[in-house]
Amino acid sequence: MPEKYHIEVKPTSPRWTPVGKISAIEKDGCFGCARCAKKSCVYDIYRNRKFDSKQMCDTIDYLCKMCFRCVQECKGRILSRAVNPEFLQLGDQYWKPNIIATIWYQAETGKIPVSGAGYRGPFSGPGFDSMWTDMSEIVRPTRDGIHGREYISTSIDLGRKLVRLEFAKDNSLISMPPPILDIPMPIIFNPFPWGKINKNVRLALTNAGFSLGIPMIIESEEYFDELRPYDSIIMPQFTPKSFETHKNILKRVRLCEFIYEDSIMNYVSKAKEINPQVIVSIRVKLNKEAEVVAQQLTQEGAEIIHLYADYQGKEYEEASPRFIKDAIRKVHLRLVEMQMRDEVTIIASGGIGLAEHLAKIIICGADGAGIDLPLLIALECRLCKRCTNNLSCPVEMENIDTKWATQRMINLIGAWHSQLIEVMGAMGIREARRLRGEVGRAMFFEDVEKETFGQLFGGRQKDGK
Amino acid sequence: MANNIGMEVKIAPSRFRNPLSKYIIRRSPRCTKCGKCVEVCKFGVHQRSGVAFCRAQEHRCIGESCNACIEQCPEKALSLAVNPLTAVLGDYRWTSDLILSTWYQAETGKLPPVGLEYKVGNSGGGFDKLRFKFPKEKFNLKPEEISTCIPLNRKGDNAHQIEIGIPIYGGGMSFGSVSLSTMLGKAKTAKFWNTFTCTGEGGYPEVLNPYDNHVITQVATGLFGVREQTIQRVRIVEFKYAQGAKPGLGGHLLGDKNTPAVAAMREAVPGTSLFSPFPFHSVYSVEDHKKHVDWIKAINPAVLVSVKVSTPTDVDMVAIGSYYADAHIIHLDGSYGGTGAAPDIAKKNIAMPIEYAIPKVHRFLVAEGVRDKVTLMASGGIRTAHDVAKAIALGADGVIIGTAELVALECVRCANCESGRGCVRGIATTDPELSVMFDAEWAAQRISNLLTSWRNQLVEILQHLGMKSITELVGKTDCLYHIDYEEK
Repeated sequence: MPEKYHIEVKPTSPRWTPVGKISAIEKDGCFGCARCAKKSCVYDIYRNRKFDSKQMCDTIDYLCKMCFRCVQECKGRILSRAVNPEFLQLGDQYWKPNIIATIWYQAETGKIPVSGAGYRGPFSGPGFDSMWTDMSEIVRPTRDGIHGREYISTSIDLGRKLVRLEFAKDNSLISMPPPILDIPMPIIFNPFPWGKINKNVRLALTNAGFSLGIPMIIESEEYFDELRPYDSIIMPQFTPKSFETHKNILKRVRLCEFIYEDSIMNYVSKAKEINPQVIVSIRVKLNKEAEVVAQQLTQEGAEIIHLYADYQGKEYEEASPRFIKDAIRKVHLRLVEMQMRDEVTIIASGGIGLAEHLAKIIICGADGAGIDLPLLIALECRLCKRCTNNLSCPVEMENIDTKWATQRMINLIGAWHSQLIEVMGAMGIREARRLRGEVGRAMFFEDVEKETFGQLFGGRQKDGK
Repeated sequence: MANNIGMEVKIAPSRFRNPLSKYIIRRSPRCTKCGKCVEVCKFGVHQRSGVAFCRAQEHRCIGESCNACIEQCPEKALSLAVNPLTAVLGDYRWTSDLILSTWYQAETGKLPPVGLEYKVGNSGGGFDKLRFKFPKEKFNLKPEEISTCIPLNRKGDNAHQIEIGIPIYGGGMSFGSVSLSTMLGKAKTAKFWNTFTCTGEGGYPEVLNPYDNHVITQVATGLFGVREQTIQRVRIVEFKYAQGAKPGLGGHLLGDKNTPAVAAMREAVPGTSLFSPFPFHSVYSVEDHKKHVDWIKAINPAVLVSVKVSTPTDVDMVAIGSYYADAHIIHLDGSYGGTGAAPDIAKKNIAMPIEYAIPKVHRFLVAEGVRDKVTLMASGGIRTAHDVAKAIALGADGVIIGTAELVALECVRCANCESGRGCVRGIATTDPELSVMFDAEWAAQRISNLLTSWRNQLVEILQHLGMKSITELVGKTDCLYHIDYEEK
């Protein structure tokens, strides 16, 4: 049996007090009781609180577990809780405060977020929230059967596969199997949509990718010599222009990426001339044409097609852009229809923020996903985008320590890995490869709603958001 | 008989000194202590003790719809605001209003006067979007004429013929996941209401002996605490194949909650995490399940068999399979149900909400011609009396509640049931200090008060619909409409 893929997570405290969900309110009027409600706090939050003079905040907002015991027991009734407005301001419409807080938790602990009580969120929602995964087959296991978690594999293959092998009359193999790379998680590190990456952060990303076996895309201009030891996971990205100046990197790497334009396949051939073993990905903007482009590229022999949506998972269309999951499903189905889906690897990126998104985008037809912002958020980024205006970073990204940053990213991926196994176990799926396009393991809000309530109540009037 | 069930309503006040309130009232120093506010307030918010004022009983205030004290204060010294705390209490499914109104009902057995939502949450789908469509016609039905009883054995076999007084029974919560007082409180309530509670999978504590006739015991994959005697003691046995909040994952009692008492009950080592594996490794087909049922029936021939399953997309097939394997009760546990501990990814994403599963299964059983031979119970997100009625109108015979009972015991849904010493509010914990924060009497009274209020609401709904029995409501989807849909 091959060695088990194991991610070494280690608790890694944040450098800054994370923004808490709530604010503790304390009014004047303490009676100074001997049996103070604060002292009997089961979580000891009042004893452990500190004032952080740098951030001008009380750590209690982060420590409080919201049991309301002190609020309800204080004789002077001076304690209360309210929303922390700063928390609500985190992120944006897509990258909601809860997603950011979840990423922080995972980067700190490396653990699966676990909680009691039922699900607390809305019934369904836009984007990935309009689908549920399903474990129906496991009730009557017919396919992969049921396995212990230790048998579930999260690896996928990058590269092109032959549909069939051809042999000569003397039984020797004629077909030349193209190079293929097995990666242990269905993930590629995608360049950040914004944010200044300094050397330390870059080295941390590289280190994390290297120890996890996850490829990292880096613009070829940004490659520097200290990255050489990690060439096995480095995926330089070229434009036809930068190709000429930086093509020498190709000799050392196993993967690379070209930004799509017409007749890009000529450049792919040029790359193959330099290094026949290099696996080339073509980065294609996700829009209405993506299906056609993907089909054409596959016909022309592309190995990996990397479809990228914007950072909120929307395709690049002015008018009514589709969400990444819907657009990818279309591309996938088109290739299935043309009977060429198995030949090419599809990577989808944009808007992948939680482990569940990873599982869901694979169900929708991608082989794997490119992730970017979650890695930045693992380093405590608050998505304030101040850096895009050349303003100072509130969490001083520039002073980051490489070792710390590496571990935070490893923790995040470790937590995702465990969660992926968790949902795959529940779905009765043994391999991430088999999860691809497996919509039988999913339910889509629109479908189920129509099937049940639609039959009962007629036509839907509003968009069920 | 049916209407003489339940415990007499007695006020069961909060265990805590300060009730949480939706509104806050501020009194400025302009107040001259004239006492006008005490005079005008109908709800007892303002009270006087001698010359001084007592602290305003803000939890009784109904808010702006009254405003009497604010408007009539000669000095304009009072002001009213929504308590900022309500924004952090509760969530989409259990809004702060639902928590506070459930507490009110558990305390008084009555509906809150006005100003608190007690019917729906804010999840934006399912029950929260369904409403009852009442006919204009007035039916002259007295509450005494209306029955809320449902039979649990519709198979007509030789097993116990059981009828429960309300279409509701208590869900499985194991010793270990909740405290003994909670379990006992639930059992006492079940007896008074002539219904059931469930031990969950974690053994059958001796203190429940007097309530054997109202206890369901669970046989789940870990077989914790399952013995011949426990099967023989009860009238209903439930097979737990999956739990709605974490289907495909099995149960999980974190090590910290596995105290020596819990471990003894479960015959396990204290302090270790206890997993109920998924699935039953002896059940890979309906035939295998039938063997399980036969095994239980050999030990206790008259027992009713309930099969608890979650809600995959082919839940209808699972239901019919269970029926043919001799189940009396099919218990569907929807995906948004409660749990002591589950990965967030599972709670949010696996299986379908109960609102979809009920009509799907109901329709299928009707089409198969066996609907009247089986009892369909639904759980997983039943929070209010209106949820109960809606679930029944969608096609269930009755419902099973869990979280609602815990909220009656003053759960705030902080979701920390799983960590450290367990529930800080003394409900879902076996910590020696925390688990004695209340006694079973109080717990029983609170849950019973809530059920009284719920039953009254169910009766009122049936009155409006002109139905004499809750069983008439089953599957009557034409009594419902969805606020996002055009009229059919």
